This record gives sequence, C-alpha cells and structure tokens, in this order.
Amino acid sequence: MNMAGHSGHPENGSGGRDGGNVVPPVARQAIKRGQPRWGDAAFRVTTAAFACLVLALVAAMAAVLYDKGYLSVRTFGLGFLWSRDWDPVRGLFGALPAIYGTVVSSLIAIAIATPVALGIAIFLTEMAPAGLARPVGLAIEMLAAIPSIIYGMWGLFVFAPFLAKHVEPVLKKLGGGTPLFEGPPMGIGMLPASLILAVMILPFIASVMRDLFTLVPAMSKESAYGVGATTWEMVRSVVIPQTRTGIIGAIFLGLGRALGETMAVTFVIGNTHQISASILAPGCTIASTLANEFSEAVSDLHVSSLIEMGFVLFLITTVILASAKFLLWRIEARITGK
Amino acid sequence: MNAENIAAASMAESAAARAVSPPNGLLVRIDVKGLNFYYGAQHALKNVSLPVYANEVTSIIGPSGCGKTTLLRTFNRMFDLYRGHRAEGEVLLDGINILSPDMDVTSLRARVGMVFQKPTPFPMSIYDNIAFGIRLYEKLPKSVLRERVEIALRRAALWEEVKDKLNHSGMSLSGGQQQRLCIARAIAVEPEVVLMDEPASALDPIATARIEELVDQLKERYTIVIVTHNMQQAARVSGYTAFMYMGELVEFGETEQIFTKPREPRTRDYLTGRFG
Repeated sequence: MNMAGHSGHPENGSGGRDGGNVVPPVARQAIKRGQPRWGDAAFRVTTAAFACLVLALVAAMAAVLYDKGYLSVRTFGLGFLWSRDWDPVRGLFGALPAIYGTVVSSLIAIAIATPVALGIAIFLTEMAPAGLARPVGLAIEMLAAIPSIIYGMWGLFVFAPFLAKHVEPVLKKLGGGTPLFEGPPMGIGMLPASLILAVMILPFIASVMRDLFTLVPAMSKESAYGVGATTWEMVRSVVIPQTRTGIIGAIFLGLGRALGETMAVTFVIGNTHQISASILAPGCTIASTLANEFSEAVSDLHVSSLIEMGFVLFLITTVILASAKFLLWRIEARITGK
Repeated sequence: MNAENIAAASMAESAAARAVSPPNGLLVRIDVKGLNFYYGAQHALKNVSLPVYANEVTSIIGPSGCGKTTLLRTFNRMFDLYRGHRAEGEVLLDGINILSPDMDVTSLRARVGMVFQKPTPFPMSIYDNIAFGIRLYEKLPKSVLRERVEIALRRAALWEEVKDKLNHSGMSLSGGQQQRLCIARAIAVEPEVVLMDEPASALDPIATARIEELVDQLKERYTIVIVTHNMQQAARVSGYTAFMYMGELVEFGETEQIFTKPREPRTRDYLTGRFG
C-alpha cells in the first residue's frame, strides 16, 4: 500500500525538494507509514517492562524480608529496634547495637572520607600535572576495584595490629581519658572499621567529585582567577558552590555503600553486641552480624531476627537515599527559585 | 618615561605596523614587544608588538583564529592555567615584564581585570560577587566595603537596578545586567587595565549598546582592551585598533585611520568584507 502511494505521485518528491512546496497529505501519510507502528509499540512495552522489573524486585525483596522476619516482628514488636539484648540461648534479640554500629561507623567513615576525597578531586582537576593526574586517577579507581574481603584481611592482619601498637595509644594519651577513647587499644573495633570503610568509599566519592569538577566551565573558573583568586579561593567560591548538589549526591552514594559494607567490617569490628561511647571498643553492624551469625543460627527466632535486621538495614538505606533526593531537590529548588 | 620613544621603538620592531606615529601626551600602559605565543607546537602569535595607551580603549579585531583572544590572555597571564601554553617575548605593564617567571600572577590579575564572552557571575549574591575580589586583597570594615561595592556598581551603571536586591543571587539578573555585574566585579578591585573578550557577543542589541556606553565611560579611569568580532563595535568604542591576521599584527593605529585609510591591503580587504 505504501509503495502504491509513492509510485502514484512520483512528482511529489522532487517538488518538495525543490522549493519546499506543500506535499499533498496522501503522500505525507505514505512516508509516515514507511515504518511499522507495532515496532515502536513493542519497543515501548519492552523497555517499560524492564523498568518495572526494577520496581518489582525492590518490592519483592522488601516483602520477603518482612515475611521471613515476621516471627521476630511478632515476638518483639517495635521494641526490637531499641532493645540491646542479643542472647540466642534465651531467645532474646534486639537490633539497637547493630543499628548504632552501622550508623556510627558509616558516619565516621564519611566524615573522614569526604574532606580527603575533596582534596583529591581538587588536586586532580586543578593542580596536578598531566603526568601525575592520570596515574593517581587510575590508582583511585583501582582502590574501588579491590574486593572487600581483601580489605578485611589486610585490616585484620596488618592494619589492626598497626593501630593497636602505634595509633590507639597516642589517641588515648591525647584524649586524656575521655570516654571516646576508653578501653584497651586492641586494634579491633569501631575505629578500624570506620577507617577501612573510609578507604573503601573514598574512591567513589573522589571520582564522582572529580568528574563533577571537570564539568565546571573554564570561563567560570577563569573569572575567579581573573580577579586575582588563588586556586583554593577559586575552588571555594566557584567550583564547590556550582557542584554542591552533585557533591552531596556523591557523599550519600558513599554513605549508602558504607552502610551495607559487610566483609571488611566483619573482619575488624569485633562483632560484639554492645554500644560503647569509645571508638576503640568493639561493636557490630547489621551487615557484620548477618554475615557472622547466619550459618550458626539454629532457632527459627534467631534466623527471623537476623532477617528482620536485614529489613531494618533495607529501610535505613532507603530512608537515607530518599532524604538525599529530598535534600538535592530542596537545594535545586532554592537555587533555581531565586 | 618618554612614551613616544618607547612606542616608536616597539613599532619599529613590527614590520607590518611601521609608520605609526604615536600621539603626544599618551602614556603607554602595556607595551608588547616581540611577543610569540605557542599552544604546544602551534605558533599562535608571531612577533607581535604594539602599545596599549593608558585611559584609551584599544580594540583588537580580526577573523576567528587570528590570535586576538590569545593576545588578550597574555596580558593577565590567564594562559598560565593551561599546560603547553607558552609565551615568549615581553609584555611590559608600566615598564615591568609580566611574562617574567617571578611575576606574582594573582596580584597581576588584580591589576589587570577581565570580562568574558559570556556573563560569568559567581554563584553567590550580587553583593558578594563584587565584594569577593575586594575581600581577597583588603581587610575592610563592613561600611567601607559596602561603599566600595556601591562605587563599583555605580561605575558599571548597575546600581540603580540592583540596589534593592543586593542579596539576591547574581544568577537572577538578566544577561546584560550579569555582564555589567561582571564589569563591576572586575573594576571593584581597582585594576589599571580591564580586558574584555567579546563582552557583548552573548547580548541583545540594547544590552550591547549599554555595555558600549559603559566602556566609553570607563576609559576615564581604566585602560581598556577589547577583543571584538563586531567591526562596527570597534569603530564605535575604541580610540585605537589593532588588526590581526593569522597570528600576526597586520596594522595598528588610531581607529579612525584604520577604518578610513588603512595602510595595509589586508586590513582594507578585511574591513570591506573580502575575507574573514
């Protein structure tokens, strides 16, 4: 049918090309129908299905976690969230120490990694000579590629003894008996876990920041240099404000990774269900508890409690991600609204 | 110093631009002598010499890629930011060679301000946009700083439009206002020279006219070098014009002479639209 439409008006093509004459509606339709419509529809349905698959997966995971953890939910109720008990023998389980450990170790890691990542990104984009920027950039990306179990082994056998011998005693001395540095310097506990987490999330934050900084137009940077600003003054007044939303996004990306990181933390955190003000004391995170105890959990309630804890971790990361989005949205609204 | 002699001497070096007699009583603010510029292996400026007279507007014209922006960016060493960009020769600002390695680049850039092709307000309030540069060099009490900001905005003919919204974002202004904000920012640190790289190329005709008017007022206090694609603009705003072609300075002289009686055939051809 299409072919017939075309051949029926052979003069249309040349007419349209010459002077932009109006093509008769019949011919226009013929050209449009040249492509099968169902192909486009099928394409739309397929891509939509893929997109929905993601939603379905998330929903299914949440549902399964809740369902398998329901025994624990029924037994302990909301009290599960703020109970400090963890006694498999008596069948008492509470998630507070693990929640505390998860949040605190991640926050310390972010607090350490963010300024370092910022420094790396600034150096790589604004100051490093080409001969250095590339290898350093590559090394950063390599850090991200190291499997977390390697970090864990290195942390346990090399880093923890080093901390116990050289760093923690100094901290105790400097701290002067504050509760933050109480307890024996064992090299195992919140501090090493946080430090290793910081190293692990550093490459993600640094490389996202670097990519952001290279997006700032040269003219904007030059205008700060143009009034006599130094590199730091330029970065502080132009680069960081212009990439602020992205920087916050990068930090939350790192935070998300830190919250769920399992193997490396399990190796060095000590896996004790306790909450201590001291960062030298051992603790646990949700992920490390799960990794440690799943294979040994015998009672249904124990398994169910672990799964509920997984559900809690799921909620924490979701809430953090959502609040990051909300924050970005607020900042953007403020910038464009003015 | 005898400006005439210096200018004459520098002119003599540039074969293409000989026979210019510098006018009496004018001070040479920037004196370019035998300047060569390289982007890596590419030779972008070839033995360029010209004077920039104090409290005059000098425009640099020429086809795209002729080196006019390159020349402008040697005056505040903006090229320093990029690898492989290198200048040889001399650019004397008040008799001191700014290309010398021991020149303090940040203080040079405070003395030689710059306005770019597109408005580039900092992502901060209108007030802070102006105060930013001042704060870098001077510790002033709030009231004095406020005065300085007002003076800069007045000189940039922007004060009346923004005085009631100084704490609004600089980004909230119109394109023309943003560009005047950038001019105010550049002059707030009291530079001697203001470099303008096609400052009106992103603006509509009305905003362009305001910028041109402003340039004319600013020359009382500052020495202005303006790169422009727009030959009418060069004719309207500048007292002196340099015509560049393929990295060479073809002709330099009073704007009126360049536009009405160009000495070089290439200048004439360009101005009459035969190439470029």
